[in-house]
Amino acid sequence: MINWLANPARFTRISTRTLPWCGWGAVVVIAAGLYWSLMLAPPDYQQGDTVRIMFIHVPAAWMALNVYLLVAVASAVALVWRHPLAEIAARAAAPIGAGFTLICLATGSLWGRPMWGAWWVWDARLTSVLILFFLYLGYMALVNAFDDPSRGGKAGSVLALVGVVNLPIIKFSVDWWNTLHQPASVMRLGGPKIDTSMLVPLLIMAAGFLLLFLALLLLRMRTILNERKAMALRLNAETPSSRAPRAAMVATHPGAE
Amino acid sequence: MGEIAAFFWMGGYAGFVWPAYGVAFVVLASLAVNSWGRYRQSVLALERLQQARRPRR
Repeated sequence: MINWLANPARFTRISTRTLPWCGWGAVVVIAAGLYWSLMLAPPDYQQGDTVRIMFIHVPAAWMALNVYLLVAVASAVALVWRHPLAEIAARAAAPIGAGFTLICLATGSLWGRPMWGAWWVWDARLTSVLILFFLYLGYMALVNAFDDPSRGGKAGSVLALVGVVNLPIIKFSVDWWNTLHQPASVMRLGGPKIDTSMLVPLLIMAAGFLLLFLALLLLRMRTILNERKAMALRLNAETPSSRAPRAAMVATHPGAE
Repeated sequence: MGEIAAFFWMGGYAGFVWPAYGVAFVVLASLAVNSWGRYRQSVLALERLQQARRPRR
């Protein structure tokens, strides 16, 4: 499976076919999610209309965590098996994950002000998510800090793996510590605890965010592949006779075109 | 209050609900625009390089 996926030419073929479906699917599903969460869902009996913020806050938080998990797993695969696409996937996913984390933090703050009476509190859940945001930014900065992408990739992969300890801390922070943030109400043993009228828009939005993530991920991976191909061509042009060992190292897939 | 005004009023929480949706839209839209722009740029750059190489061969 890993070897089958490792072929960038095959990846290009498959992503060309799946990208439009993910992209347009995201637009349609998010539009449906917006209609549902702004028009159809009832206001909460305690939170009033601020509950509508949850329909983007919670899916964004799920994406923030799961995208980081993907970055970390891809980094591990890149380090262990030298999978040519894994490092590119991690690199492409990180800015999208950072975006979702930012949405999660901002919307949480906008909900916290009217409901808790504070824009921000240094409780375990909020602080650990803020650290997640900085991990994303650190990974992105580190990966781009080297002229040679393979060195940057390696350094970034190590950081991404170290940062994984933060994920269980975020997930279980609401159980381990006495936080202001409420415990899980959807992903819990014994099934979701929220009403269908609110669970449905939440899940539609989550599906929309996932599709959007996949579309952006594929697009950004294609971009990085193109950029590396161009870099290899440029380096080859500079040293046409010396067989350009550096260019060969940079080239991600010498075989394909 | 009209139905539309009531919708935008958001039970008095308009100042929190709409900025939340606004932030999400701005972040996701700029990610999409940035990703697409960089993709187009990379395709054009690659085409230019490949064309520049062909006649010399």
